[in-house]
Amino acid sequence: MKPPAFRYERPETVDEAALLLAEHGDEAKILAGGQSLVPIMNFRLLRPAVLVDINHTVGLDGRSGQAIGATVRQRDFRGNGLVDRAMPYVGHFVTRNRGTVGGSIAHADASAELPLSLVTLGGTVTTSKGRHLAAEEFFVTHYTTLLQTDELLVETTWPAASRAGFSEFALRHGDFALSMCACSVKIESGVFVAARVGVGAVCDRPTLLDLQLEGAPGTVETAREAGARAASLVDPPGNLHASASYLKHLTSVVVSRALEQTL
Amino acid sequence: MTQARRAWVGESVPRFEDEALLRGRGRFMDDLAPVPNAGHAAIVRSPFAHATIGTVDASAALAVPGVRGILTGEDVLALSRPFPAGIESSVPYYAVANDVARYAGEPVAVVVADSRYIAEDAAELVAVEYDPLGPEEVTVHERSFSYGAVDAAFETADAVVRWRYAFPRWTGAPVECFGVVADWRDDGLTAWANFQGPFTLHSVAAAALGLRGTKLRLITPPDSGGSFGIKASVYVYVVLMGLASRKLGIPVRWTEDRLEHLTASAHSTGRVTDVEAAFASDGELLGLRYDVTEDVGAYVRAPEPATLYRMHGSLAGAYRVRNVAVRARVVLTNRCPSGLNRGFGGPQLYLALERTIDRAARQLAIDPAELRRRNLVQEFPWRSPSGGLYESGDYVACLAAALDLVGYDERRREQAAGRTIGIGIACVVEPSVSNMGYISLALGPDERAAGLPKSGNVEGCTITISPLGGIAVALSTTPQGQGHRTVAAQIVAERLGVAPDEVEVSSVLDTSTSAWSVASGAYSSRFSGVGAGAVAAAADKLATKIDTIRKHVGEDISLRRVAGMCHWSPESLPPGMEPGLSALAFFAAPNLEPPDPDDRVSSSGSHGFIADVAVVEVDHETGSVRVLDYVTVHDAGRLLNPLIVEGQVRGGFAHGAAAALFERIVYDEDGALLTGTFIDYLCPTAPDLPEPRIAHRESPQPSLPLGAKGLGEGNTMSAPAALLNAVADALGIDELELPLTPPRVWGALHA
Repeated sequence: MKPPAFRYERPETVDEAALLLAEHGDEAKILAGGQSLVPIMNFRLLRPAVLVDINHTVGLDGRSGQAIGATVRQRDFRGNGLVDRAMPYVGHFVTRNRGTVGGSIAHADASAELPLSLVTLGGTVTTSKGRHLAAEEFFVTHYTTLLQTDELLVETTWPAASRAGFSEFALRHGDFALSMCACSVKIESGVFVAARVGVGAVCDRPTLLDLQLEGAPGTVETAREAGARAASLVDPPGNLHASASYLKHLTSVVVSRALEQTL
Repeated sequence: MTQARRAWVGESVPRFEDEALLRGRGRFMDDLAPVPNAGHAAIVRSPFAHATIGTVDASAALAVPGVRGILTGEDVLALSRPFPAGIESSVPYYAVANDVARYAGEPVAVVVADSRYIAEDAAELVAVEYDPLGPEEVTVHERSFSYGAVDAAFETADAVVRWRYAFPRWTGAPVECFGVVADWRDDGLTAWANFQGPFTLHSVAAAALGLRGTKLRLITPPDSGGSFGIKASVYVYVVLMGLASRKLGIPVRWTEDRLEHLTASAHSTGRVTDVEAAFASDGELLGLRYDVTEDVGAYVRAPEPATLYRMHGSLAGAYRVRNVAVRARVVLTNRCPSGLNRGFGGPQLYLALERTIDRAARQLAIDPAELRRRNLVQEFPWRSPSGGLYESGDYVACLAAALDLVGYDERRREQAAGRTIGIGIACVVEPSVSNMGYISLALGPDERAAGLPKSGNVEGCTITISPLGGIAVALSTTPQGQGHRTVAAQIVAERLGVAPDEVEVSSVLDTSTSAWSVASGAYSSRFSGVGAGAVAAAADKLATKIDTIRKHVGEDISLRRVAGMCHWSPESLPPGMEPGLSALAFFAAPNLEPPDPDDRVSSSGSHGFIADVAVVEVDHETGSVRVLDYVTVHDAGRLLNPLIVEGQVRGGFAHGAAAALFERIVYDEDGALLTGTFIDYLCPTAPDLPEPRIAHRESPQPSLPLGAKGLGEGNTMSAPAALLNAVADALGIDELELPLTPPRVWGALHA
C-alpha cells in the first residue's frame, strides 16, 4: 500500500495549476484534501505521474455568500439547509477535517453526498477557464465530469434550499450510501408548489427525478407515493452486500423519508 | 517497616498501560528499530486462488535501483521444511508457494529493498508464470465421537429438531497488522514480531527453519495494537522473513498492510454444522448429534485443526444432557488458511446449539427461557459427557438474573400486545485456559498412546527485587491489550505489601531470557487462570523468602533493607539461603489431563458461564436490526480487576455483535476475495454497535489460587446466537444466516 513514485508540484496560483494540468494532461491529478485520492494511489489503482497540490494555491479557500472555494474543508461548510443535513453523512469527522468541498465535487463519486446536494439545489461549478457549469450537467457518469484535462474546479455555488430533506441508508456509520435522497421543496397552503428531488448511489451520477409532486398535498401519503415512483425510475445494479431489488426498494424508503422531513 | 497489607486483587486499579497509549507513546512493532540497516520487504502474492506456478523471473525486479535481493519458492524449498501441524495433510505447507498457489494472496516471492516503496515497485516487476486451475476441496480429516447412548436417546424422543447452521469466516481486524524484523546471523535467527503465542508455534517455526529452539530467538514489542487471536499466525512470516534475511545476509523488516492482512493473515474457519436434538415432551434435552464440516483454507496450518476441537469438552454446552455425538471433518479449500479468532470454535458451536434450543422451544410450546432453565447444569463440580470439568457456577441463578435485568416478562407482554420485537437468549459455558492436550483428539487413542501424553497449560513469571528494593516483574503472557501489566502489579503488590504503582511490569517477551513455556501467550483467556497464577506463585516464593529473612533478623525490616541484605551481604542471610532476591515460578492449572482412551477431555482448565438476553426490533422497510437492549450476566469466578473486566466484556461483545450483524469474509466461486478492504469487509465502528448491560456473579474456581476464570471471549461466543435468536423471534423466520445485515434480513422477509 505505497504509491508508485510521482512528481509533486505546489502551484501558488490557479493559473500555474492550470498550466501544470495543461502540460501533463491525463498524467496529472489535483491533490486537494486527498481523502479519496491518496487511498486510491496507495492501492495503486491510480498512478498519476504528477500531483498538483492546490492546498496552498491562493484564492481557492474563500467563501462569499453561496460561493464556496474549492479547498474549503468540508467541516467548515455550514449554513446551507440541505448541506447541513447531508454533511454528517460525508465520511467521518476526521475525513471531513481534511476533505474539501471542491474535491468531493470534482471526484464525482456517484455515492457521495455533496454532489447529490449540489445537483438537488441546482448549484453551479465555476472552473479555472471561467466556465459556469450547472451541476445537473457537470456530473457525467462515475468519476467523470465536464472538467477538461487542463481545467480545475475553482468554486461551487450552493443556492439556498427551500425546505430541505436528506435521507441516506448505509451499512455502517460513515459508509458510502446504498441509496440516498436529497430534496428541496416548497409547500404552500399544504400543497407542494415546487420540488427538486435527487437520488444518489443508485444511478451512475446524482440524478434528479420527476416525481410529479407539484400540486400534491404535503402529506406522508404523498411522500410514500413519491417514494414508490422514485423506485420505479431507478435501475441500480446489485452489489456484494445488496441485491438490485433491495436497492430499488430502498430508494423508495429514502425518498419518502427525505420528503417526510419537509412536511 | 512493612506497609499494612492491602487486598489489591479485585480492585478497579486503572490500567498502567493506558497513559502511554492515550498519549501516542505506545511502542508497537513498527516503532522498533532493533537492528540497523534492515532491508524492507514486499511480498509478491498469487492473484489466483489455485494455479500452477511456472518460472519466476526476477531479473527486472533485481535491476531496480535500491533492490537488495529476492527470495523465491525455490529458495524456501531449499532452506526450510514444511510447517508441522496437528494432523497429517497431503499438502505440505511452506512459507511461500512453490509449484502450486492454493489461495489468492498466497506469498510467491519476497523482494527486499532500501524502502517499502522501492520493494513494492520491484515486486510488480517479478514475472510469475501462472496456469490457473479449478477450485479444489479435499477432506483431510474425519473423526467421529459418541458419548452416552445417543441412538437410544433419539429413539425414545418425543420431538427431534434438525437444522443446518453456517457460520461464515470472519476475522479479528486488529488496528495493528503483522510486523516482523528478522536478523539471521551465527546460524540462527533473532526475530522481533508482534506474536501473541501460543508458543507451541515457536516450535513449529523452529522446525520449519530447521533450528533447535534456542537458535530461534523471538522478541515481542512492549505494546500491541490488538490481536484477538489473529497474531498467532505471524509465525509464518517470521519464518519467511528469516529465510529472506538468511539468503540476503541482511536484516529484513516487513510490516503487513491492511490489504495483505485481510487477504492473507488468517481468518476464522468457515463452519457448517448439521445439528439434531432429541427432546422429551417435558423439554428434557435427551441427545445431541452434530455433523461439522470445517473449512480451514488452503493448508492445515498449526494450531489447526484446533478450532474444531477447542470446545470438545463443552459439546453439551451448559446443559445436563449425557448423550452427545459429533462427526468432525476438516476440508481444504482455496481460501486463506484459518487461524485463531476470538471465541475460537465457541461462536460456531453455540450458534448451532442455542438456535436449536430456541427452535425446540417453539416446537414444544415451552418458553425458551424456561426450556433452558429445565436443562441447565445444576450440580457442581460437573463432568460433561465429553469430559469437560465445570468446577463451579450457578447457571440457573445467572439466567434468572439476566431475565430479571432485561425485564423478560414485561418484554414478552409487549410482544404479546403486538409490538414487533424479538427476544433472544443464549446460555453458554465459556471455556478458558485451554488444555494443551485437546488438539491430540484429532489423533485416535492408539496414535495418542504412541506419543507423549499432552495436557496442562504451563505459564512462567520472573520477579526480581533490585538492590534498592525496586520490584520488577517479567511476564511471558504477551498481552495484546488485556492489561496484564496492571493485574500482575496488583497481585505482586498484594503479596509483597506495596502499592501496585511500585511494581514495574514488563510484558516484553524474549525467548532467550523470559520464563516461558510451550503454552505461554495471550490466547484462550488464560491470563486470569494461569498467567496470574504464575505471577502469584513467583510472588509467593519471594514473600516467603522475605518473611524468612525478617524472622531471621528478628525485626520487621523494610523491603529495601531485605533487598540490601540479599544483594550486599549474603553472609547475613539465614544459613544456606540463596543470595539475591529473585524468583522464577511456573504454574499450570492443576485439573487437566490428556484425552482418555474414550476420547474424553476437559479441553479447558476453567469454565465460566454467561446468560445473555437480546431484545431487538427490525425495521421492516430497510431490514435493519435495532438492538433495544442487550443484557449479559457473567460468572467468571473471582474478578481480579472489574474495570479491566468491563473492557474485556465489551470487547468480546463487540466482536460477537460484529459477527452477528456486520462481518463476513466473502470469496467468489473462483476463489477471489471480495472483502479485501474495509470498504467491503464491514468491520463496525463504535457508533454502529449496541451497548451491552453487564452484570456479574462470582463463583470462584476452587482449583485455581486466585479463583478467577477467563472472560474475554464469552460474548463473542454468545452474542451471535443471542442476536440471531432475537431476530428470528422478531420475524418468525428460521431461514436467517449471519451476518444479519439489513439487505439480508430484508431478503429473508421477502424470500
